[in-house]
Formats: sequence, structure tokens, C-alpha cells
Amino acid sequence: MGRVKTIARRTFLIGSAAIAGGVAFGVWRYKTPYANPLLSDLPEGAAALTPYVLITSDAITLITPRADKGQGAISVQAALIAEELDVDLDQIKTDPGPPSPAYYNTALAGDAVPFRATDDSWLAQTTRSLADAPMKFLGMQITGGSTTVPDGFDKLRHAGAVARETLKATAARLHTLSATDLRTERGAVILPDGTRLSYQSLAAEAANTDAVTDVTLRAPSDWRLLGQPMQRIDIVAKSTGTQDYGIDVTRPDMAHAALRLNPAIGGARLSHDPTPALAMRGVIKVVALPDGVAVIADNTWRAMRAVAAIPVEWGPAQIPPEMDTHWQTLSDSFTPDRQDSQFRDAGDVETALSDGTDLTVEYRAPYLAHAPLEPLNATVLYTPDRVDIWTGTQVPRFVQNNVAKLTDLTPDAIHVHALMIGGSFGHRLEDEVTRHATRIAMELPGRPVKLTYSRKEDMTHDFPRQIALARGRGRVANGQVAAYDLGIAMPSVLSSQMGRQSIPAPGPDLQIVAGAWDQPFDIPHYRVTGYRTPELAPISSWRSVGASSNGFFHDSLLDELIHAAGADPLAERLRLCNHTPSRKVLEAVGEMSNWGSPLAPNQGRGVAFCLSFGVPCAQVVEVTNTDNGLRLDHVYVAADVGRILDPINFEGLVKGGVIFGLGHAIHAEITYAGGAAEQSNFDTFQSLRLYQCPEITVRGLENGTRIKGIGEPPVPPAAPALANAIFAATGRRLREMPFDKFVTFI
Amino acid sequence: MQLTVNGTDHSLEGLEPDMPLLWALRDILGLTGVKYGCGIAQCGACTVHIDGVATRSCQVAVGDVWGPVTTIEGLGTPEALHPVQAAWITHQVAQCGYCQSGQIMQAASLLSESPNPTDTEIDDAMSGNLCRCGTYPRIREAVKTAARNLRGI
Repeated sequence: MGRVKTIARRTFLIGSAAIAGGVAFGVWRYKTPYANPLLSDLPEGAAALTPYVLITSDAITLITPRADKGQGAISVQAALIAEELDVDLDQIKTDPGPPSPAYYNTALAGDAVPFRATDDSWLAQTTRSLADAPMKFLGMQITGGSTTVPDGFDKLRHAGAVARETLKATAARLHTLSATDLRTERGAVILPDGTRLSYQSLAAEAANTDAVTDVTLRAPSDWRLLGQPMQRIDIVAKSTGTQDYGIDVTRPDMAHAALRLNPAIGGARLSHDPTPALAMRGVIKVVALPDGVAVIADNTWRAMRAVAAIPVEWGPAQIPPEMDTHWQTLSDSFTPDRQDSQFRDAGDVETALSDGTDLTVEYRAPYLAHAPLEPLNATVLYTPDRVDIWTGTQVPRFVQNNVAKLTDLTPDAIHVHALMIGGSFGHRLEDEVTRHATRIAMELPGRPVKLTYSRKEDMTHDFPRQIALARGRGRVANGQVAAYDLGIAMPSVLSSQMGRQSIPAPGPDLQIVAGAWDQPFDIPHYRVTGYRTPELAPISSWRSVGASSNGFFHDSLLDELIHAAGADPLAERLRLCNHTPSRKVLEAVGEMSNWGSPLAPNQGRGVAFCLSFGVPCAQVVEVTNTDNGLRLDHVYVAADVGRILDPINFEGLVKGGVIFGLGHAIHAEITYAGGAAEQSNFDTFQSLRLYQCPEITVRGLENGTRIKGIGEPPVPPAAPALANAIFAATGRRLREMPFDKFVTFI
Repeated sequence: MQLTVNGTDHSLEGLEPDMPLLWALRDILGLTGVKYGCGIAQCGACTVHIDGVATRSCQVAVGDVWGPVTTIEGLGTPEALHPVQAAWITHQVAQCGYCQSGQIMQAASLLSESPNPTDTEIDDAMSGNLCRCGTYPRIREAVKTAARNLRGI
């Protein structure tokens, strides 16, 4: 099977202590305080030219440390390296590499400082670069925040260029030529007489060459791969059932595990009786977990069936058991002592609203499960001095450190083999699955155990998207929006998520107001206040994080005020907008949708805008109110990531983000009763189905000053654009998601 | 218990007849292209063909299988693609890809019954297959391309 081969390969390349006497090539000097992790166990004749390029006598392997969960991260990382290395994607292998601080994320911190993404001032840029320091210090190897491209854009191209120039220097030395007389093409150094020296043939000699680190990156006009339509590296495997995901791992002598956790969130397991399960066919062991039970058996189904048969006495939930309390906690949090931030406070909102408001409204966003289609899973082989873990993860170093703590081993004894992920939407930023899998595997030392979550366990014990409540008011004057005041209350995602990693998250949590405080509008009196509520259900980053709720709040209030002013929704947004790339995406969707043109009877058109993760994104949604319910007709969407590296993948991610945003806004919520999640599968936690999917037209613009990622930004504007369209079609204003609690959809 | 999968006969003597076909295919026969997503016929990731018709393998007990089974591995291979798989590659449908085995098996079954499906027929046939990444627009396009290719247009 392909999986076994891949794993064997990885072990050979970078993990195995069995291969001695590897050649350590050169010195890794490029802008990093960390050792090149590939140098620790190099095979004979191999060169790890940078932490991202490994050349052996038979292969060129590009290291792609950011996790691929469907967004095409492997392909784009490989393309960034290949562009400068002068290799084509059909010539290379990819490997996620080992967990290493060298692979820390240089872009994640930029969104955590209180400067708007539209702010290119010296102070903003300096602060962003300073915020990078703790990420480097902590060696935060994290995939998230739509940062794979902005993080890797220079770094990976540099890595490719360093490797290329070093290979040229090697060839020049061997053939007594000047490197400037050499060129490179399709994985070979070309000598002036036309002789081709493959990179592989130069690998061993490259070990005696100092890395050439003074390189100049090529101008985009000289690019061969980037900016052009590319075929994703994984597309054939994913179309033929030959892509192996974590859940498909098979290892020699592997056992299978299933678990059942206390349905009441945070509650303990008080007692259980393993007897019925132990009597069932194929059962090897019943394992007691602090908050649940697990069964190890000889196949998945027998493990799942047996774990269901265990009588368990559960302790009470550690969260408020009923939703009323959750909402009341949010409602009670609009107080000075709960204020977390007020980074947007223009004009004088209090005075402007002292004579009363034209609008006072409240908006709600529910908890949402991530629910990627591949259920959580991890395969763990525990021995007293070494642990191997096969899983898909966005946080390999967290996995390594937490498993080290559980097993009382040092992190370097924990070997994480990162695998393709069948969707995440943020769930794989958590590592509960590897903690549970390790606890279980420790009960069967020396034998690999694959833990597969049932859909029910995956969904009911997810760390959902934050619940959020917003209050808005405003004034209009002379047909314009004059005052805008939005308060948002939610628990801190950052505290909840980092709390599980024992990493403090001091200061305001910008995610409480992300997608609201940072919008590029000039309203004379304009205020956005964040309120941090007490912790409720444990929550985590869900595709677009704070902006997933705040994009709906911010734009809905703006739309309501524009309607109150009697202004045109698109024209007034454009009038207020103070950021050129943002204005261009609004103008684009206006043009694409032929904004203002007549609509059919019962049809409505709504526009919305949100700038998130540095990306302005505008959407126009058209709906028809039919006798059978609302039908989604068309979505026009424009977004600006500064530079599009692959137009095919860009378009796919934009459409997917729109569908993700629409589907959850219409149908989805997680609610708790008795402290347990009430939705446990896709029958009760629904999202868009194919028959509901509107036609979607996408335009990518490139006016932004910095390159950005597209995974998350299409999500936030979808819900408000839909709500605004429904208002236009029906006169009914929807202020709470999911919308199908209030109106019917086809 | 006899099972014919992708043209190969398997003897599954001693296996519990109530084991879902899904788990027999994945854990016993090692055909991991068939995916577990929900276990209750809500997502379609486990779709295989029985007697050429798309069926949710999580809902069929292995002892009840009424005809030869085809999985994604038996539909075509990277070296010898089925026209539906070729269309999926042309349109670069997959993002995470986890649902796509099921989507492709469902589409192949649709096209064998209805070689030139209308938009409504495509919507009806494909709406039981959930895609959390939102690849539906490309699925629609790929089904139409596959239909044209299968009809030799």
C-alpha cells in the first residue's frame, strides 16, 4: 500500500537512527535561530540544502511543513520552492518533515496586534514584525489563520533559491567554472557546453559546499509556475481513492480503538463495568479514560460496538447545562469590567446618540461544530522509550510536547508523522485525539493502535465556534449613515484554545472584534467595543474565527442603517469605504451582479463586505422567495489577496468558503441540553446540499499591498449578504443564525 | 460468506454477518478508498456499487450483500481512469477529497442509469453526498463533462 511506502520513505529520509554516517551539508544560515532539522540523520550522499529542500541520489524532496487539510497547502508550498529551485512539480516528492521549531509560522502574529490590516504605517509594520519574536521564540509550527501563503511566500522561495545557487556553486567548483556561467532547468545545472548535471548527481558533493545565502528572488514577471493555473499534486490520488488519510493508516499488527466520552461536557467518568465489552468478540482491552472509556479490538467495528456496551456512570457537566444560561451570560457581559477592547472609537458616539437612535438591535450567532468529513483519528505506537504517532495535525509541536508529558518522555522521543487531513476548518488545531490515542496505546505497549472517533463523538465533543451576541445602534442623517455603535460579547477563543496548551494569552483578544473593529469605513461617529464573557463551553478556532460571527454582526448593522437612511446599499458602502482595494472588490461585485438592474418578482439582492485576515471580500447574493421557500439563485464574489498564486485553487477555495458560510448561516447550530451537545451527526447538524447550491461567480483582484491567504476570508460576508438579500426579497430582517429557525429554505 | 469485490471473490468465513459492508471493506479487505463519514447514511462518503447501483455501504450488512461490489479502487486507477474520475481531475474538484470517492461512485451510478442527466437529475442524484469543503459547483461541472465523455461527444 502507498501509505506504508510513504512512511518507510519518511523514516529513511529524516527519522531513522538506523542509517548512520549521513553527510551533513553546509551550514544552515538563513534567518533562523534553529538548526536545520533535516541534518540530524542524513542518509549517505544526501544534502539537506535548507530545511525545505532535501536532495538524495535518487530524489528531490520538498518539505511542506504546513498541514494540508484540503486547502492545497502542500501544492502551494511545493510550487513556491520549485519556482526558484527550477524543478517542476512532476519531478519532486513532498514530505511534511518532522515537527521542528525551524518551521515556526512568521505570519500568524501579524493578526494579533491592534493595527488594522489596511494600515501600512511604519508603526503598524514595526509592531507586526516585533510580534513575530514570540512566535519564533516558541517555535510555533502552526497551520492556521490563512497564513500558509503569507508565511511562505518569501521564505520558501528563498529556500529554493539558496538550494539552486548552492547546487550551481557545487557544479562550478567541480568543473572549474564560474557559477555565473551556469544556469538551471528542470532539476539540473546546465554547463555552458550544454552538459546537464542533475541535482541528484550533485547531492553528495554539495555536502562540501557552503550554502550560498545571498540570493535575489525572481520578479513575478519571470515566474514559470506561480500565478499560472496549476494541477494540484494530490488531485489524481483524491480522484481515485488512492489518497491515504490518517484514518487509512495500517501498520503491522495494528489494533483498533473506539472511545466514548462523557456526553456532559467536561464531566468525569465516575465508574464503569468492563465485563460486557470484554466478553465481546475481538475485544483486546477496555481502557478507562479520565472522562470516558475506550475499547481496543481487532477491528474498528468490533471496538465501536463493544464500547457502546459498557455501562458507565458519568459525572456532571462542567459547563452551564442549558442554553438559556449561555445566552444570559453573554447578555450580562456588556459591562465596563468585561470590556476587552475598543480599538475603533472615531468621532463622539455618545454625543451623536444622545438624542436617541434610529436603530437599536441585537444579533446572535450560535455554537457551530467544525465537522470535517474525516472523523478524528490517530494511530499511536507506544514503547517505553519512543512513541510514533501517525495523524493529521495543524499543531505537530503541541502534539509532540503533550504526548511527551503524558508518557514522561522527552519531546525528541515523540515522532509525529503528519498525514493528509480530510478537512479541518480548525478542529485539527486541537490535539485531544492524540492525547486520547496515546493514553489508549500506553495500555498496549509495542503494538500500534488506531483510534477512530465515531461521528457522534467527533461532533458532540468538538470545541465549537464561539457563541456570540452583538448589540448595535446608530443614527442616520441626510440620507447617510452618521453614527455606528457596535458591541460584541463572546468568550475568548484564544484563551480557551491556548488554555488547553497551557500557553497564556495576555491582553485583549482581537478575535472578539475581528471582522468588525478593523473594517475600512469612515463613519463620522464609529465605535466597536469587545466584551469578554466568562468561559462557557470550551471553544476553538472555526474557519474565519471571530470574523465568522462578527462579519455578520458588523455588516448587518451597516445594512440596516443604510436602509434606515434610505441610501443605496452598495453606493453607501462605497461612499464610506476608505481603502482602495476594498472599494475595488465592492465595485467588482456591483458590476458582476449588474447591481441596480431590475429583478424578477419576489427576488431580492443583498450586498455585504468583510475584510478579514487582511483580505477584503465583497459578495452579492440573489434569492427568490418561492412558494416552497427561499431559493439561493446566484452569488457574486470578489476578493483581493494581493497576488493570486494559483487561479484554479483560488476560485475553488472562494466558492467553498461561500458555501461553507451560507450553509451554516442557514442550517447549523450546536446547542447544549443537560450539558451535552444535542446535535450528533449530519442529520441534525446540517449544511448546504448540492441541490441548494447557488451559481457562484468569482473574481480575484490584485490591488492589495501584501500577499494574503484565501482559506477563510470568503466565509464572513456570506451570511450578511444572504440576510440582506432576504430582507430585500421579503422585508424580513434576520438577526440570528441559523436562519432556518425563522424562514423556510428550499 | 462469499463476497465479490472489484471482480475478486473473497471468502469471509467466520465474519459476523451483521458487520456493515463499509467496515468489512476497509478493515478486513483493506479497501480504504471507501470512507467512513457518518455511519447513518447522511454523508455518502461510503458509497459503493452493488450490482452497479450506488449504495451506502455503512447501511448494508456484509451478510446481506446481494451482488458484486465495486469500490472506487475497482472503478478505475491512476493509470486507467474511469471517465468520471478523469472529469474529476480535469475540473480539479477535490479539496480535502475525503468525500470524493463517494461522490464519484454516486456520479458513475447516475450516468450509467441516465447518460445525459438534466440539472435536476444531477441535483437529485448527488444531494445525498455531503461535501463539507463546498465543491458542489465543480461536481456539477464534472458530472456534465463525464456525461459528454461517456457519450463520446
